[in-house]
Amino acid sequence: MMVERREGARMSPTHRDSFGKTINRDHSVILAHAVPLLTILLGSLTPILPIIASGPVMPPFGFMFLLAWRIVRPGLMPPWIGLPLGAFDDLFSGQPFGNAILLWSVAMLAMDAIEARFPWRSFWQDWATASGMIAAYLVLGAIVAGGNFEPQRFLLLIPQLAFSILLFPIVGRIVAFFDRVRLFRIKVIG
Amino acid sequence: MAPPTNRRTGHSKKAQFSAFTGYLMAALGALVGAGLLAFSIWKPNAMASLRAEATDLTVPAGKVGAAARSDSQGVIESVAGYFDAANKNARLKREMEEARVRLAEAKAIEAENARLKALLGLREEEVKPIAFARLIGSSSASTRRFAYLSAGSDDGVKPGMPIRSPMGLVGRVLEAGDGSARVMLLTDTASMVPVRRNTDNVVAFAEGRADGTLRLRLINLGINPLKKGDVFVTSGAGGIFRPGIAVAVVEKVTHDGALALPLANPAATIHVAVDPVWVPQAADVIAQPAPGGPQ
Repeated sequence: MMVERREGARMSPTHRDSFGKTINRDHSVILAHAVPLLTILLGSLTPILPIIASGPVMPPFGFMFLLAWRIVRPGLMPPWIGLPLGAFDDLFSGQPFGNAILLWSVAMLAMDAIEARFPWRSFWQDWATASGMIAAYLVLGAIVAGGNFEPQRFLLLIPQLAFSILLFPIVGRIVAFFDRVRLFRIKVIG
Repeated sequence: MAPPTNRRTGHSKKAQFSAFTGYLMAALGALVGAGLLAFSIWKPNAMASLRAEATDLTVPAGKVGAAARSDSQGVIESVAGYFDAANKNARLKREMEEARVRLAEAKAIEAENARLKALLGLREEEVKPIAFARLIGSSSASTRRFAYLSAGSDDGVKPGMPIRSPMGLVGRVLEAGDGSARVMLLTDTASMVPVRRNTDNVVAFAEGRADGTLRLRLINLGINPLKKGDVFVTSGAGGIFRPGIAVAVVEKVTHDGALALPLANPAATIHVAVDPVWVPQAADVIAQPAPGGPQ
């Protein structure tokens, strides 16, 4: 009966659900795939913001948007997306080139492994996963960044880490908003 | 939230293959990343041209942002100025009196300087900046302290050139693109500037600590002569920075030197000048622009 009603809804010309196409209106393939990529690329461009920071204070927005999209829409982006997106991030982040390619690719694989191990996710689990990922990302990034970075200076990362973790649910909400933008139905002919 | 079903590929060979290929490519991507990372730690300048081109593309957006930043700073400062106008007025008057005295002293020193230089046969020459530009961004999420400059090799900017603001030394150019350049700030952990105390010849190295402070390491160990408030200027050693540019003021004395704050705070700096390398021969030596460590 359930199935019948859903079938009926899909056939009806006046249905108002949020998914699927309606008369004259359908999702755009370009929009559906470009919006996630553009938000991540914009996140990677935060070094161009006119903030001359005296220490590492800004959250790694590119990486956080990647994680948020991976959590909001598993399977939307292929697992190898860390290669091209990470290469773009490396051009601006100030880290040695290859840092984000490696860590983003590993993060995509790790997210798949975590999802396979704990399939029934909740808000708290997602937040904890993302927090762990961001912490590992910042610490590993500091290790490979070079310079004369002494081990006791890792305390420097704590404000940035706390800020990033607290900001992650908001990034998640932003991604949820862009997910609706992504699935906006535009006029089609035929 | 229910687990997504797209992991189950079922019996479709095509779906199985595409899932497998996805993971394979992700693993290959990680390997490529590891290889590139090792390569760029080994040869820090390997990707410089790629990075410079990418930054060149973003310069227009960065300039707009920098302009907005300087405007908004002006607004905030003028609003904040009303709140302690009376205090500030009194303090400024006092500082003005002190500055007059210092100016007189400086004039005396200048005269003496000219006399001594004439004695040595040195020619007095004014250093003309190569270019004036804006700082348009910085590596704010990284532990390295780089900034992006809105002038590049089209304006004559070359790697190694010192960057200074009216308040003092800011850093030096690391990579130059056509219309943008990447600047290593004083506070970067690979930055090392030879400095001396402005009043005498206590020489030290100013090393960045990545958190906005500098560590002054005295070259002559022994009794630490530093006091809070000592001002350090570039010594001219090494040939990159001309002598006498203000660098830092001592904040806290440690057992082998001091922690110092840079006088030119990049966060408050909008316009900077790019100076030529002090001793032209040094420009050839700085083919590897980061002697303090890998980039």
